[in-house]
Amino acid sequence: MVRNNKQTISNMAKGLAVILLFLVIWEIAAIIINNNYILPRLGDILLVLVHPLASVLGGASLAQNAAVSLREVLTGFFCAVAIAVPLGLLIGTSKEVDSYLNAFIQMIRPVPPIAWMPFAIAWFGLGFTSIIFIIFMGAFFPVLINTIDGVHGVRTQWTDVARMFRATSLERVRTVVVPGAMPVIWTGLRVAFAVAWMCVVAAEMLPGTSAGLGFMIMYAYNLGQLQVIGAGMVIIGIIGLGADLLFRAGQARFFHWQGRG
Amino acid sequence: MDPVLTVRDLAKTFVEGEQECSVLQGLSFDAFPGEILCIMGTSGCGKSTLLRMIAGLETIDSGSISMPGQQEGGKAGAAMVFQDDALFPWLSVCDNISYGLKLGNQDVPGDVASKRVADLLELVRLTPFSTYYPYQLSGGMKQRAAVARALAVQPGIILMDEPFSALDPFTRRELQDEITRIRDTASADGHPVAILLVTHNPEEAVYLADRIIVLSDRPAAIHGVIDVRLPHPRSISDREFLVIREKVTGLVKR
Repeated sequence: MVRNNKQTISNMAKGLAVILLFLVIWEIAAIIINNNYILPRLGDILLVLVHPLASVLGGASLAQNAAVSLREVLTGFFCAVAIAVPLGLLIGTSKEVDSYLNAFIQMIRPVPPIAWMPFAIAWFGLGFTSIIFIIFMGAFFPVLINTIDGVHGVRTQWTDVARMFRATSLERVRTVVVPGAMPVIWTGLRVAFAVAWMCVVAAEMLPGTSAGLGFMIMYAYNLGQLQVIGAGMVIIGIIGLGADLLFRAGQARFFHWQGRG
Repeated sequence: MDPVLTVRDLAKTFVEGEQECSVLQGLSFDAFPGEILCIMGTSGCGKSTLLRMIAGLETIDSGSISMPGQQEGGKAGAAMVFQDDALFPWLSVCDNISYGLKLGNQDVPGDVASKRVADLLELVRLTPFSTYYPYQLSGGMKQRAAVARALAVQPGIILMDEPFSALDPFTRRELQDEITRIRDTASADGHPVAILLVTHNPEEAVYLADRIIVLSDRPAAIHGVIDVRLPHPRSISDREFLVIREKVTGLVKR
C-alpha cells in the first residue's frame, strides 16, 4: 500500500514537472517575443482565470461559457451513448445485423464530425441543436466501435456457461455480454468524451453561436485578445483532465476485477 | 438403479464448407448416480464434443441424450466444469457460485439459494474467500469455485472437460481427492451426482473413475469399457492400480 502510494505520488510529480516545464518555456518565449498579439504572458492569462465570474469582453463570463459548453457536451455525449451502446450490443451479438450495417458504418465513420455542420445547419438551423448533432456524430462512433469490439472480446466460454445454465438470450446479454464487454465500452466512453470536447469547441467557433468556450475563443481572436484564448484553452484542458480522472476513477472502481493493480 | 444419463446411438458430423468430418458414430452408454465415469481417447476423437452435446452446447445429428432428472421440477440435468475455470471475472466467488440460481429458469427462493451457496462454499473450502474475485484466487481455488458453481443447480450429472490439465501436479492431486470427497458428500446429503470426466491422463482416470470408457478414433465409438473396482483413496503405486493403468494406456494407444 505504502509502495503504491509512493508510486502514485511519484507519477503525479512527473506529470506536474512536465506541465511546469511547458509553462516555463511559454513564459520565457512570451518575454522574448514581447508581443501580446502573438503569445500572451502567463500573468495575463491568469488574470482572466482568477475572475471566472466576471464578464469576458463584454459578454458572458468564463464560468458561463464553460457551463454552456459542458451542457452541450453532456447532452450530445449522452445522446450518442444512449444509441451507440444498444446498437453496438445488437451488432456485436448478431452477425446478421453486422452484415447489414458494417459497410454503412465504416463509410460514415471516417467523415470528420465538423464536416456535418452544413447539413446540421440545414436540418436543425443555427445554434444548440446543430452543435448537439455535431457532438453526437463525434462521440457516437468511438462508443459504437468499442461496444462492438467489447462484445466480440467476450470469451466464448463465458457465454457457454450461461447457455449451459439455460439462460435466455436476454439473460445472456444482461449477465455475460454487457459486463464482459464493459471495460472496452468504458474505454470507448472515455475516448468519446474527449472527442465530444473537441467537437463542441470547433462547432461553437462556427457562425451562429453566441456562447460557449469555442465562441469565446473565436470572439477573442477577432478582437486580438489572446490572453482570453489562452484562458479558454486552460479551462478546456482542466475540464478534459477532470473528465479523464473521473473515467479513470470509474475504471478503478468498476473494473478492479481485471486485476491490473 | 436408474441412470441419470442415457446416451443412445449418438452421432455428430461437423460440416465446414464442402468438408464433412464425422466425429461421433453410434455412441451409447449410461451414467448412474454417484458414479465417476471417465471418458478417454486420443486427441481430437470427440470427447469434448460429446460433453458439449450433453451440456446442450452442441446440436445432436442423430441419436438421443436423456437425463431423467431434468424433467423433475426444472432441476438441471447436467452442469459443466470447463478446462479452464471459465469463472466470470466480474463476479465474486459467491456470486459466481450463485449465478445459475439467479436465472429465470431456476425456481429457488432467495433464502434457499443463500443457504445452498454457503453450504457449497463450505464443501469446496472457499468460505473465507467468498468475497474474493477470480483474479485473487489460485488455479486450484478457481477450479473448486467452478465445481461449486456447477453443483449449485443440483444437477444429476457434472461434466468435466479436462478440468485439471492446466494445474501443477500437486494441485491436480489435491483436486482429484477433492472430487471424490465432493461426490461422497453430495451422496451423503441426498443429492447423489454422477461425474463424467474427460481426461488424457490414464493415471488420473484410474485414480478417480468407477468406470472408464475408451473411445476409438474418429468417428468415435466405444472402443472399450473398464470397471475400476479399487477402494478409495487409491494408491498410484498399488500393483492392481498399475495393472489397470497399463490396460487403459494400451487401449487408448492401441
